[in-house]
Amino acid sequence: MVHMLLHKYLTESVAHLAEKVAITCGDERITYRQLQVLADKVAAVLQARGVRRGDRVALFMDNGIEMVATIFGVLEIGAVFMPVNPLTKREKFRFLLQDSRACALVAHAALAASWLPAIDSLATLHTCIVTGQLADATSADDRQIPFPRQTDDTGNMLRAPSCAETIDQDLAAIIYTSGSTGEPKGVMLTHLNMDSALRSVMTYLCPRQDDVIMCVLPLAFGYGLYHALMSVATGATLVLEQSFAFPAKALQTMSAEQVTIFPAVPTIFSQLVNMKGLDQYDLSALRILTNAAAALSEEHIRRVRALFPQASFYSMYGMTECKRISYLPPDQLDVRPSSVGRGMPNQELWLVDDAGNRLPNGSTGELVVRGSHIMRGYWERPELTAERLRAGPIPGENVLYTGDIFRTDADGWLYFVSRKDDIIKSRGEKVSPREVENVLYELNGVLEVAVVGTPDTLLGSAIKAFIVADHESGLTERDVLRQCQLKLESFMVPKYVEFVSHLPKTDNGKIKKTGLT
Amino acid sequence: MKDIKPRVRQFLLDNFLMGSGAQINDDTSFMKNHILDSSGFMELILFLEENFGVKVEDAELLPENLDSLLNIEAFVGRKLLVQPSVAAQAN
Repeated sequence: MVHMLLHKYLTESVAHLAEKVAITCGDERITYRQLQVLADKVAAVLQARGVRRGDRVALFMDNGIEMVATIFGVLEIGAVFMPVNPLTKREKFRFLLQDSRACALVAHAALAASWLPAIDSLATLHTCIVTGQLADATSADDRQIPFPRQTDDTGNMLRAPSCAETIDQDLAAIIYTSGSTGEPKGVMLTHLNMDSALRSVMTYLCPRQDDVIMCVLPLAFGYGLYHALMSVATGATLVLEQSFAFPAKALQTMSAEQVTIFPAVPTIFSQLVNMKGLDQYDLSALRILTNAAAALSEEHIRRVRALFPQASFYSMYGMTECKRISYLPPDQLDVRPSSVGRGMPNQELWLVDDAGNRLPNGSTGELVVRGSHIMRGYWERPELTAERLRAGPIPGENVLYTGDIFRTDADGWLYFVSRKDDIIKSRGEKVSPREVENVLYELNGVLEVAVVGTPDTLLGSAIKAFIVADHESGLTERDVLRQCQLKLESFMVPKYVEFVSHLPKTDNGKIKKTGLT
Repeated sequence: MKDIKPRVRQFLLDNFLMGSGAQINDDTSFMKNHILDSSGFMELILFLEENFGVKVEDAELLPENLDSLLNIEAFVGRKLLVQPSVAAQAN
């Protein structure tokens, strides 16, 4: 069966498994047929409001059935879904809407404090579909309409086929990611890019129709998103939780639903291995555990495997620009536990030196990736795109320069060394020091700032801000943290703030961060 | 203990909302409204343990115990009723 378009996976699963439960979330359960009905309704509403092929639709929601239905609904009409981390604050959210010129937004009412002010007098946005009830109904304007219910009669609003002209070169998604310039950039992914990544991952993870996949990671994040897509593509059941903030509840659900696949990040595994009374939950169905976003320590890998001896453990590595790059086959864990593997199916990779020369095994250099999963580029950022996408071995073909430095052993197994830029990885999320510094410079009394990552066993890196403040200003750590909490996603808020009298400088007066920890 | 709610509310206002103007009603879900994330809940638990002398067990990390001022008041209130007797037995 040739799919080519991402949303055809849902059509296919509905054809075979219409009455099977596709998603459970809290008390809600929805079958594949019902999911398709809901996606069609979202598609119909968007189309009736004038959303066209290629238009961007922002999604600002916590994990839930609505989010998955919206993704498929947007794709059905040939539009581009743009998932936004629900932690995003109003000013950054407005920037994302302006930068992408999204014409529609599907948002949850509980997040109104961020999105409502962000869409105020934003002329490019003509539609806002709201899930849940707004606390203050007076704030509604005529762009706002309620999220369709499965039972709503949308009549003949959806013309079938809704967007027959979509091809696999069209954009399916734009996912914003932190950049070293401080401004987030939109990673453009075509249907072909996403389908290719999905197929490669499915080729090595081998999900089955009887799998129950639990996702506590935000669907706005590639790692979470692809598990939802994989579940639909496989015809499995997806169990959604908003987060792992309540481990006992997540474990109860895991046990009750007999979850078989559990993707997580180091902070979650750390909570899991330190939990007392884990044996009171029946987790015997678990057969696949995966880690990505940041490296899990060897000690934690060992403890996770001891807790779940029946499950295969996959260490994986990737980036939004192509989704996934490598995984370590579970049988290699005892041989080379700190390696992330040596690639994945239908993809080629190699290391290069600073001059771009291909390096043999046993070298250290920047990782380059070749495959049909690499992004189309950064949305309207040709210079940034040219840094990452460069000419490959075949004329006209681009390959991805990841900006990640790896070393390989004699057999080509990859070991992460460092980033080429100064992006910090904290809690598995990318943090741009410039983005945090820009927010701090807005504070009265801040003269100079340097934001760095400092090693942290739980977070990978913790964010630390060094600040030179004007003595007269009376600026306190609390003022600094308040500013960050107001403007930044919580994972970007510094864990440490240190006031210093001066910062080291280079000869030409630039702040020098080497040595600051 | 009748001051559980105001003390927890003040803790959240001081450390997580920090003058953002957001309101916390008695039944506001901290998770759904993104007042706390996973690490925020860990800080809340430390606060409860240090300020009310209760021990929050791993199996009690549930929204019905921790995800609103009302739930916390009921949960901590229950623990305070039970714990003295547990301590007495241990002695």
